[in-house]
Amino acid sequence: MTSSKDVSRRGFFAKIGLLFNGMVGAALAVPIVRYLASPVTRERKPGYDSWLPLGPLDKFPAGETRLATYRNPMVNAWDGETADIACWVRNVDGKKFQVFAVNCAHLGCPVRWFPQSNLFMCPCHGGAYYQDGSRASGPPERGLFEYPYKVQDGKLLIHAGEMPTPGRSASNSKGCSSCG
Amino acid sequence: MRLMGQLGEWFDQRLQLGRPIREVMEHPVPRQTASWWYVFGSAALTIFMFQFVTGILLALVYVPSAGEAWSSLQTLNHQITLGWFIRALHGWGSNFMLAIVIIHMVQVFLFGAYKFPRELTWLLGVFLLLFTLGMAFTGQVLRFDQDAYWGLGIGASIASRVPVLGPALVKLLLGGPIIAGATLSRFFALHVFVIPGLLIGFVGLHVLMVLKLGVNEWPMPGRIVRRATYVREYHELTAKEGVPFVPYAIWKDIVFSGFILLSIALCAVMLGPFGPGGQPDPTIIQTAPKPDSFFLWIYALLSYLPPAAETPILLIAPLIGIVVLLVLPFFAGEGEKSWKRRPIAVLVILVAAVSLGTLTHLGQHTPWSPVMDAWSGQPIPAEYLKNRTPLEHEGALVFQSKQCHNCHSLAGEGGQRGPALDRVAVRLTPDQLVRQVIQGGGNMPAYGKNLSPAETTALVKFLETLHPAGQRPAQDASRAIAETDQH
Repeated sequence: MTSSKDVSRRGFFAKIGLLFNGMVGAALAVPIVRYLASPVTRERKPGYDSWLPLGPLDKFPAGETRLATYRNPMVNAWDGETADIACWVRNVDGKKFQVFAVNCAHLGCPVRWFPQSNLFMCPCHGGAYYQDGSRASGPPERGLFEYPYKVQDGKLLIHAGEMPTPGRSASNSKGCSSCG
Repeated sequence: MRLMGQLGEWFDQRLQLGRPIREVMEHPVPRQTASWWYVFGSAALTIFMFQFVTGILLALVYVPSAGEAWSSLQTLNHQITLGWFIRALHGWGSNFMLAIVIIHMVQVFLFGAYKFPRELTWLLGVFLLLFTLGMAFTGQVLRFDQDAYWGLGIGASIASRVPVLGPALVKLLLGGPIIAGATLSRFFALHVFVIPGLLIGFVGLHVLMVLKLGVNEWPMPGRIVRRATYVREYHELTAKEGVPFVPYAIWKDIVFSGFILLSIALCAVMLGPFGPGGQPDPTIIQTAPKPDSFFLWIYALLSYLPPAAETPILLIAPLIGIVVLLVLPFFAGEGEKSWKRRPIAVLVILVAAVSLGTLTHLGQHTPWSPVMDAWSGQPIPAEYLKNRTPLEHEGALVFQSKQCHNCHSLAGEGGQRGPALDRVAVRLTPDQLVRQVIQGGGNMPAYGKNLSPAETTALVKFLETLHPAGQRPAQDASRAIAETDQH
């Protein structure tokens, strides 16, 4: 025969057991959450973004806008061609450059350059930009995203590492002391 | 036969499922619900199981790696015996599933089936709709082509607009700083493990509640649902004119499910698999990404929202929509069930159907997008160029070479981003034309820096010829007076 006292004693043990499981669960949750958040925390690590060569300067004639590509700095072996990123390079006057992300500032579709009308046009929702990247018409709220650039040893370099989105432009990545 | 019976008994002694199964089969349902209107839920369940099987078949070959996924789909399409057919079945199954789930939901809404005591069944159903949409989107990502790649870019751009958390959400969504291998891996995990697991659990509870609470009776105008009396009235109804679920009601479910599976197979054979489109190489920018048909309406909406209102609407409207669906049974848990006495409910469905249909149609035609190759691929019709001066011809050339045609149509050809220009000379005077070209405005870029004065003059001369034969072009009256004064 089990008395009610016995039951409450076993009930107490069950509660202790639950508490114990809860503590173990909470302890396990810490590494799991850190694992899940690693895409966010990774940007603090070195090599997340860096100066990337786009090629020799003579690839970008003065007064013209050309497509260039680079390999993203943080890359996995199985990324394949998705780690190759394109950008638009505008050689303003032979000395000054502008490097734009291909991603439309509206929703990230790839904008195309039309040298005849000096416009970037987006195929998705009809956003258009002038040659200096400023907004011309359509749904974008702002101009094209610009990468910081520098010229070194006759090569054009840009500072990049993540896809620019309306919430965060290309140039405000952390640790970019020499930008601007 | 005796052996079969003994075998059955042996299993039932251990499983003890015989009695509950018999109870489910024999449970009485209101006679009128043995109707063709009540077959959509079971059809959705059938397609779900079908997607499960075809999905596993695809997983035997598919490689969820950003570098390999696209070519493994090519292998499925072209190398493996009937691989294309399995892909087509899964793709068409997805379209049918979404369609049937939505029809089921509309029927449940119009028949008042979400009312007491079936609120929780409806609630789980709302989540099942969201999971089904989630499966459709993640499945579109696994078809790792250009549309999938840029579709993820659109998703990331929307997520990035969330205040404060935006950038972190983008990285959680993509699994890294860019759309790449980690992105595909996590969408694979969502599509194959996470959402199907949730679906199995929620579908199980959803069906269990239909069986426990009984299927919604045929709504009669004037038969009011009251919390105090409903359950008793329902049992009286099933006791009086109920029929056993098997076979009275289920035969229609079975026939309809078979019909749907046959339709999926026919679509798969006749129309083939979906894609994959171009390979997911972000350096190939000659692409016009588009989502699958069930998301086209969102794609269309995104081009019509005014820029300033876009972010709040994008982030808040879906939440409001989901909350409205979730609280519906608590807000309207009693009262009339029949759609004949619920005009607002009918109106809501009609407005929703017309809106979604219109937006989907627009999404297919994308009138807001410039036609990227109109300037080089669509010539100005010959009759617009007959008997014109050399200067006007020069203007027509400017019209083409400066890509005006990409956004403006002539004789129905070209872009629809801006107004058609067939009668523009009637609407705008020469001075207004010059100003519009140089300064832009009204969603048109300014061309002042891109056109020489000679080009602008020629272009406007050409535009001035664009008016119907018998109709005079617009003129500035004050200009005429000024010119007479000069003489």
